[in-house]
Amino acid sequence: MTLELRQVSKRVGADVHIHETSLMLEPGSFNILLGTTLAGKTTLMKLMAGLDRPSTGSIWFDGQNVTGVSVQKRNLSMVYQQFINYPNLSVYENIASPLRVAGVARREIDARVQEVAELLRLTPMLKRRPSELSGGQQQRTALARALAKESSLILLDEPLANLDYKLREELRDELPKLFADRNCIVAYATTEASEALLFGGNTATLHEGRVTQFGPTSTIYRRPNTLTSARVFSDPPINVARIRKAGDEIVVGERVRWPVGRAARHLADGDYSIGIRPHHITPHRGNEGSATIEGRVLVAELSGSESVVHFDMDGQTWVSQSQGIHPFEVGSLTRLQVDVERGFIFSADGDLMAGGD
Amino acid sequence: MNKVVNQRAWIFVLPVVLLVAFNAIIPLMTVVNFSVQETFGDNVFSWAGLTWFEQVLHSERFHAALLRQLMFTAIILVIEIPLGLVIALNMPRKGPWVSVCLVLMALPLLIPWNVVGAMWNIFALPDIGLLGRGLNWIGFEYNYTRQPFAAWFTMVLMDVWHWTSLVVLLCYAGLMSIPDAYYQAAKVDGARRWAVFRHIQLPKLKYVLTIAILLRFMDSFMIYTEAIVLTGGGPGNATTFLSIDLQKIALGQFDLGPAGAMSIVYFLIILLLSWLFYTLMMRSEEK
Amino acid sequence: MARVTLQALRHSYYPKPQSDADWALKRIDLEWRDGGAYALLGPSGCGKTTLLNLISGLLQPTEGRLLFDDRDVTKASPEQRNIAQVFQFPVIYDTMTVYDNLAFPLRNRRVARAEIDRRVREIAAMLDLDHMLTKRASGLTADGKQKISLGRGLVRSDVNVVMFDEPLTVIDPHLKWVLRSKLKELHYRINRTMIYVTHDQTEALTFADQVVVMKDGAVMQVGTPVELFERPRHTFVGHFIGSPGMNVLPCEIRNGKVVFAGLALDGLKVGSYRDEGKRLELGVRPEFVHFAPAGIPVQVVKVADAGRHRIVEARHATHVIKLLVPEGEAIPAEGAYVRFEPDRTQVYQDGWMVT
Repeated sequence: MTLELRQVSKRVGADVHIHETSLMLEPGSFNILLGTTLAGKTTLMKLMAGLDRPSTGSIWFDGQNVTGVSVQKRNLSMVYQQFINYPNLSVYENIASPLRVAGVARREIDARVQEVAELLRLTPMLKRRPSELSGGQQQRTALARALAKESSLILLDEPLANLDYKLREELRDELPKLFADRNCIVAYATTEASEALLFGGNTATLHEGRVTQFGPTSTIYRRPNTLTSARVFSDPPINVARIRKAGDEIVVGERVRWPVGRAARHLADGDYSIGIRPHHITPHRGNEGSATIEGRVLVAELSGSESVVHFDMDGQTWVSQSQGIHPFEVGSLTRLQVDVERGFIFSADGDLMAGGD
Repeated sequence: MNKVVNQRAWIFVLPVVLLVAFNAIIPLMTVVNFSVQETFGDNVFSWAGLTWFEQVLHSERFHAALLRQLMFTAIILVIEIPLGLVIALNMPRKGPWVSVCLVLMALPLLIPWNVVGAMWNIFALPDIGLLGRGLNWIGFEYNYTRQPFAAWFTMVLMDVWHWTSLVVLLCYAGLMSIPDAYYQAAKVDGARRWAVFRHIQLPKLKYVLTIAILLRFMDSFMIYTEAIVLTGGGPGNATTFLSIDLQKIALGQFDLGPAGAMSIVYFLIILLLSWLFYTLMMRSEEK
Repeated sequence: MARVTLQALRHSYYPKPQSDADWALKRIDLEWRDGGAYALLGPSGCGKTTLLNLISGLLQPTEGRLLFDDRDVTKASPEQRNIAQVFQFPVIYDTMTVYDNLAFPLRNRRVARAEIDRRVREIAAMLDLDHMLTKRASGLTADGKQKISLGRGLVRSDVNVVMFDEPLTVIDPHLKWVLRSKLKELHYRINRTMIYVTHDQTEALTFADQVVVMKDGAVMQVGTPVELFERPRHTFVGHFIGSPGMNVLPCEIRNGKVVFAGLALDGLKVGSYRDEGKRLELGVRPEFVHFAPAGIPVQVVKVADAGRHRIVEARHATHVIKLLVPEGEAIPAEGAYVRFEPDRTQVYQDGWMVT
């Protein structure tokens, strides 16, 4: 029961919305499509659902070519960013609706509705109309409908984007549990790197209509194979700088010299880019021999538990993120410590050359 | 598999296709047929080529009717669109008066057209009509059955009464769809009433107004029932608009060929002007 | 620029409020200093937008007074209050250029042309809009449009308060980041009183010097981000701030010691606690729970990787305890113990902190 995209692409007029893409989603897997708005997440989902027809390539489900098969004929569910429910039906009827369409027996419908309602903590609200529910409950109803249908493919298009921060956190906790015992394929689109990380599963990073990398989420986060993937999968944005490797040193800009990391030692001398995640730049504790960076503080965001500092070095803005509250005076010079060992070294073309676990 | 679905879909579309064929395509083709043939009745036809078209396009009578038609449409557009907009802007947005206003506005739209004509016919009669009597009483010499100006005045007034509501309702719906934040932002920015209208309401009503103008243009260009009931095209030919003229030629004189040609010219004029309106308004949007 | 004082402010959307629940905003007394950055934080329906609208003058309070410096503005209209507001969805004047959008509030106030030009260019430069001044505003992206609405608020020199109503809702995360620090930077540079309304704790905590946490129309705590993080006065604040929120666990006090699930916790101060038979809980943030060689025996149930740390869910009996483990630190597999940092653990009585 795998879903396979074979050299699928989508063009609308002269615009390429999705460049040639091949993907294989396994049954029982949770797959995240991560990218900014307009990166192609929704388009890719529409292609998977059969709402759109690919311009080239084919889509295979469970060994069958389903490229031209209309969405009604395919056993799938979709949940959107907007809370889409039938406003004139009760929560119960909303959840039951796909089952009624499918002609499931009455008793079976009741059993399934009760079961998913229990799972999503909607049991006390079954008689109410969607308009009488909070945003979180409305989205739970939409999720319940998708679950009750027992689809083999569930597509979730930024379902938490319109929810309050804390509700988002709660549902984010619940979601993977909901799908845990099902053998369905889940595809989940999001713009937030942190969300992808917490879900785990697999991640496909998308950028300008291209899937730049696909694999287990933590692998992609810890070993992005291109600079683009690293940028997509980084929140706050990853620091990127041009460097020159010369022997045992890497030279950043004009004057800053760092010892070369263990992983990068084998690299030929020359020009590269280095990517350093903000939390690998932390306040300097005065330890000898560590790589440091000095800059003028532009903005300090102290959130109560962590400090995020934007500082300028030779005209480039760097960001550091550290646990705890550290006093940073805006406009002052500050010295920070860089964990070079955890940096990624990319070639001029943006391919990963060294670094990453 | 996909094909099966498509073919089944055709079955559902078929009734509509037949319906459209019966009430649009077949009559239209009949008219085209008439417009290029000469007939003396008894279903005897002979080929006339473009004679009728030449005749219609060179006929002074047609020019006069067209001019009247354009004038009428221009006058009612100039009155109804701004008036409708002003009324819509001043309608309440919340509270019990909303429904009262909406019902009042919808009322003229619910009255059959021939009844509207008859109502105004009686209303404007100089001897027993409220309007006609009243105007004469305050010193205006007013008789729409004799004075062309009075006839025009009554005709315009009737159309404004009948159709401004449509513009009001469209604009009102458009205004209601503007989020509150816009008004709040304008307040905060210190914008006065005029600036709010000019920079928020008018731009947001653009599409609605385009629709309103198009609808009013097409409808007024085809005005027939009310006019024929009210003045019958008179006095003389003062209010003989295109549709009335067409009716006179086709059913009064039974000149089916010229009438057919005129119908097509009439149809093409509406099509052309509508297209022109639409593209002009949409183009200014893009700039 | 102004100091903002709220005196016994209350508001209800009903003409005659009866019960406590009828008040959308329960009694609030606050004083905000001139040039400060403040945030109103809470879940939807907590009354934060009501409070914002009362300050901006879009609503009139049922009771109480509102002062800008020493001037009573309770009955003043939004224009008279000289406030600027940025809304959730960007509000721009579609037909105008970016320049005209920014100039609009000044033109409405009949500011001299040369002065308008100077102010507009200055603000546009701050917001990185200077290279697109002649563009039609409707053609911009969401963050560009939001910058314009922001600019319209900042362009006036006479503004008392600048208010933000969830301004980053429609902005993509990676741009959210940029815009958020831009706001912070602007606050440094133009030093006006700013009030920021949001449900997003990160936005509130990074932006504001002082945060007002609200729930059901009532203020739960007013404090600096550090205070809210380290000493939440109510379990709701502890839960709402922080991601994940504070662990709230049932406890009891025996012989002056805090006892959790039969285990006495050392070093916890219980202050002025007197047993009144109320519900007792202890609160400790995941940041302040650590694996230790001894302490509370737990079983690790779930580990979620958040990049710079992992969120570990551990279980002791039926209680779930969350803790954060920094990147690179090991998580014991079997026979694990956790301990709570004593001076970062609070005791709560009926939800409120015991001091």
